[in-house]
Amino acid sequence: MTNRATATIHGWLLLLPAMACLALFTHWPALASFIESFYSTPKARRPARFIGLDNYEQMLADPIFWKALSNNLWFALGTIPTSIALALLMAVWVNDRIAGRTLVRMAYFTPTILPMIAVANIWLFFYTPQYGLLEQITGLFGARSTNWLGSQDTALYAITIVAIWKEAGFFMIFYLAALQAIPPSLGEAAAIEGASRWTFFRRIQFPLLMPTTLFVLINAVINAFRMVDHIVVMTRGGPDNATTLLLYYIYQVGFGFWDTAYAATLTCVLLVLLALVAFVQYGWLERRTHYQ
Amino acid sequence: MDRREFLGGAAALAGATALPGIARAQGAELSFFYPVAVGGPITKLIDAYATGFEKDNAGVKVKPIYAGTYQETIVKALTAHKSGTPPVLSVLLSTDMFTLIDEEAIVPFDDFIKTDEDRKWLAGFYPGFMENSQTGGKTWGIPFQRSTVVLYWNKELFKEAGLDPEKPPKDWAEQVEFAQKLTKRDASGNVTQWGIQIPSSGFPYWLFQGLTTQAGAILANSAGDKTDYANPAVIEALQYWVDLSQKYKVHPPGIVEWGTTPRDFFEKKVAMMWTTTGNLTNVRANAKFPFGVGVLPAGKKPGSPTGGGNFYLSKKATRAEQEAAFKFVRWITTPERAAQWSIDTGYVGVTPASYETEAMKTYVAGFPQAIVARDQLSSAVAELSTHENQRVTKALNDGLQAALTGTKTPQKAMEEAQAEAERILKPYR
Repeated sequence: MTNRATATIHGWLLLLPAMACLALFTHWPALASFIESFYSTPKARRPARFIGLDNYEQMLADPIFWKALSNNLWFALGTIPTSIALALLMAVWVNDRIAGRTLVRMAYFTPTILPMIAVANIWLFFYTPQYGLLEQITGLFGARSTNWLGSQDTALYAITIVAIWKEAGFFMIFYLAALQAIPPSLGEAAAIEGASRWTFFRRIQFPLLMPTTLFVLINAVINAFRMVDHIVVMTRGGPDNATTLLLYYIYQVGFGFWDTAYAATLTCVLLVLLALVAFVQYGWLERRTHYQ
Repeated sequence: MDRREFLGGAAALAGATALPGIARAQGAELSFFYPVAVGGPITKLIDAYATGFEKDNAGVKVKPIYAGTYQETIVKALTAHKSGTPPVLSVLLSTDMFTLIDEEAIVPFDDFIKTDEDRKWLAGFYPGFMENSQTGGKTWGIPFQRSTVVLYWNKELFKEAGLDPEKPPKDWAEQVEFAQKLTKRDASGNVTQWGIQIPSSGFPYWLFQGLTTQAGAILANSAGDKTDYANPAVIEALQYWVDLSQKYKVHPPGIVEWGTTPRDFFEKKVAMMWTTTGNLTNVRANAKFPFGVGVLPAGKKPGSPTGGGNFYLSKKATRAEQEAAFKFVRWITTPERAAQWSIDTGYVGVTPASYETEAMKTYVAGFPQAIVARDQLSSAVAELSTHENQRVTKALNDGLQAALTGTKTPQKAMEEAQAEAERILKPYR
């Protein structure tokens, strides 16, 4: 056997375990969901049969699906830019030499290390009418009592804020690492040129952070569509589906209603949606990103 | 310990995957799914029952598997059923009966009832609990940990408002009247103390069933294939609920969270609350004031739904395993054990006989609030349960929340919910 062939076999063998896992737990389930979405849900006496696009038609006529989709888009729109901006702001701040910065960094990062379920329970009490933390603060200014999670107008915002609070600290760590990788000579040069703090950020720091921004953005998008724990604890999708997000609805259809075929259909929509976003991000944004 | 407690399941994930290959030998191993997270006082009780049964019945091994919340447990049980090795016995919601029948996951208990003594045992349960356990002339579930909705009131706040602290409201009109006296506002008009709270998050249908039963309506037929959401009595009941906050302003507006309602009660932010008997132990431990527990106020008549879990027998288990499981169910529901279970957990004793035991009599003498749930059973109805249960229930939940948050009128909300339920249930008739 030639050296080249050995190297090839060697390479594939090294790839095999990871590839097998990926195929078994990622690609196959996705493919299976896709196939299943064209069949009816199997019942004890009625095995699954091919029904073409019926599930998709049912989905288009399902008001809760549309509600979940629009909720999810608003949720994404609310969480992604805000959490990224906040993360950047915090990172730039704690990157400077300020007194007690370790403490501040730790404080910002705390939400990330707390378990999701515990976090949701803490926020449940923040939002509680009358004696919740939020009520006590607004009460000082004489504001009227608000039932944040119990009203259709505010529930989704309330959930959005929790997600931002939870994610900003996590993204901050990436920005902080990236900021520290920027050579200090650039800052010194800018200072000699007399560039203002803002110009330095806009012309030097921000462009150099673009790869990180891209990475963070992809994560933020995925997280926006992966949100489910907080919903389960805080609202269970209520009031009247005001906080039902796509993934939560899929769980409900799949394991509450046991309509697995319809859940597979919804899953396909979520997959296509995420694939599209990833495509745009990698295909378009990456070309505009400057790597050092 | 409450069936609707949402947390604590996370740690129990291991349960389903660790399902053992069941021994097919004579000395059957009895795998048993129980809906609670690992650890905690309840698992100790169940473990003790398992060892106790093994001692009395040599050759049978009882293996409890703690599977998380009710929702997680049925997910695991049905997944295990589909993969071919389900637990022989499980405790699941009584309302899951139709779902389990439709999946052909369970067998009725009737085949195991042979002697007169067996028949006497089966007839010994409260009829209110059996409504959710029987359909089509067969018994599919045996009541085990059951609860019902009751009224809790703060005696101290009653006294402050000039009400007799020993007398809860006895009908809807009095409930409003008392609540008006118990609602306090500060100088700027903000409410500092509400008169009454009926939780409406997550599963509002269950508490709503109290109101509909009192208004004289039954939400679903016993075959589980027809609902009656648009009945004028149902709409009247919803109007009453909406009026409590919109018209009389004695109930917080919007959706009232189930989980924080007991806390609201402890903090004296609300004077009366509707919640499960499962909260009795919690309230007893945490209320820093004398409190009363009473039957729900009557509308046209008194009424409340039952709730909680039943034993189910797996269809895919062997006959020997099923026989062993049946024996275990009979063993654990004897009056003495049912009484002790009720005392330890706060669930309602499932048979009248359990209230006649010495242990229960002593307990009730020291804690008379514990007897209220039993007294209410004579007017209790089955918890809403149909084919496609969670989907049909969700239609009602969504309608209720829409009406309570003011986006739909009670009339419109209930008509739409009924139309949706009709659509789902039609194929089952």
